Amino acid sequence: MNRQLLLNRRRLLGLGAASASTLMLSGCDQFNFVSDQSNPLRNVLTSANDVTYRVQRLLLGQNALAQEYTEADIKQAMRPNGSTDPQTPEYLAVKASNFASYQLKVTGLVEKPLSFSLAQLKALPARTQITRHDCVEGWSCIAKWKGPQLGPILDQAGVKPEAKYCLYHCYDTMDDGLGGSVPYYETSDLIDAHHPQTILAYSMNDMNLPIANGAPVRVRIERALGYKQAKYVHTVELVSSFANVGDGKGGYWEDNGYDWYAGI
Amino acid sequence: MASITEDSVKPAEKPARVKGPLIYRQSILTRLTHWVWAICLFFLLFSGLNIFNAHPTLYVGQQSSFPDLQAGKPSFNAAWLDIGAVNTDNGPRGQTTLLGHTFDTTGVLGLSGDPNDSNGYRAFPEWLTIPNWYDLASARVVHFFFAWVLVATLLIWLVASILNRHIADIPPTATDLRHLPRDVLNHLRLRFEHGRKYNVLQKIAYSVVLFILFPLIVATGLTMSPGMDSRLPWLLDFFGGRQTARSIHFLTMSAFVLFFVVHIVMVLLAGPFNELRQMITGRYRAGSDVPFDASKRDKP
Repeated sequence: MNRQLLLNRRRLLGLGAASASTLMLSGCDQFNFVSDQSNPLRNVLTSANDVTYRVQRLLLGQNALAQEYTEADIKQAMRPNGSTDPQTPEYLAVKASNFASYQLKVTGLVEKPLSFSLAQLKALPARTQITRHDCVEGWSCIAKWKGPQLGPILDQAGVKPEAKYCLYHCYDTMDDGLGGSVPYYETSDLIDAHHPQTILAYSMNDMNLPIANGAPVRVRIERALGYKQAKYVHTVELVSSFANVGDGKGGYWEDNGYDWYAGI
Repeated sequence: MASITEDSVKPAEKPARVKGPLIYRQSILTRLTHWVWAICLFFLLFSGLNIFNAHPTLYVGQQSSFPDLQAGKPSFNAAWLDIGAVNTDNGPRGQTTLLGHTFDTTGVLGLSGDPNDSNGYRAFPEWLTIPNWYDLASARVVHFFFAWVLVATLLIWLVASILNRHIADIPPTATDLRHLPRDVLNHLRLRFEHGRKYNVLQKIAYSVVLFILFPLIVATGLTMSPGMDSRLPWLLDFFGGRQTARSIHFLTMSAFVLFFVVHIVMVLLAGPFNELRQMITGRYRAGSDVPFDASKRDKP
């Protein structure tokens, strides 16, 4: 009697194990709700990104530098990704002038809004760095970047105390998911903005920044993934929140479900 | 009458199977962390395959190699694994290149769905990913949530196992290693010991998982974080670059999958009821050769 019961239990357990493995092999679709950005359970999962941001800010401090490489590590051109040839009228106009009419504006929550031509940016003290660009997709590519540090430019403009983020406005446009397009936008906190390696790069691998890589100016935030390195930047706006930025998550890719911090 | 005699004779002819003691072998923390790890590894594996699909090539070194960007420079190839699809005379085929050898993997890797639907062209098939379609952003959300849970649980386990001395049960001792050939033979004959302690093959397997694979998969994961690299640049040197770390992360995942398969086979062979009872209630039916010891909370 006992033995028979045991056998039945065993058979039951075997059945359980078999169905569990079937569930595992075919049941990944049970978790498709994670793709839905309005799903409350997904919001529980995304809270881990806040933990990552807080813990990394605590561990990293303000000025820990991303690793820098040597000339010998530049083994190929920089891989272009995202927009590679913007076609907006505004961009085509500055491109037609060979970027002579380009102006980088610093606006928003600053004491003194600023504007720089490309020649003026090139006249500022510049930082050169050979760094590794890590795309969120998983690949890396090493290139040399040169441009003025963003920190001193922000200091010159006088960042107001209520400002919390830099909002980078770009010339290139992306699919807005509704059949239209929206200019690329990205934000960083002021720690990243003032980081010594955060530069407005106008040069790449000793050339003028190529169009495919964001000409005339892209931002380099070296402790973050590729989508933070906004290309074709024309305005740095100081803002106090993401409320009026896209869908409110702080960037184009963030509004499409990617984490804002992008340090991992 | 005859039946009475038979009944009274039977037990004497067939000695009752002597059961070993029901021993208390797994503390509540060991059991809890075991199941939390199982859940974490499930989600980490399938969300990780979705993340891998975003760039299904693995490299050695700091950076990836892109042959089409190397005009005017010495050619440089750092890739050792690449999963993709190609057009052939027989239509599109899934193709995997491992260490320079190319294999047709249509149906599983590279092309596993409808060839007329772009969703069919994934490195790992969509049914093996969380979510069930290519969604890098959401897969990263899932991956990092369970990565945090895993790391937290590993730390809890480590502290608890040092305090309750469970950690000493795991590394094989010199005596254990002397019994290794005998234990291997016994396993090959499917004869399993059901003692108070783990046998040497268990100790080796659990030591590899707990002291090598877990630290390795966490450390290589952190090495892929550009933020952490600024704080711990030695991680990049230790693993030989971010792309090598990504490769090791993938290989460690493969080792976990191998462990999982062997683990499940061993549970089924060694007695799934007893093994599951152990990991749920903590109690394990030892072999009949194991003496009863009331001081060790044994039950009949």
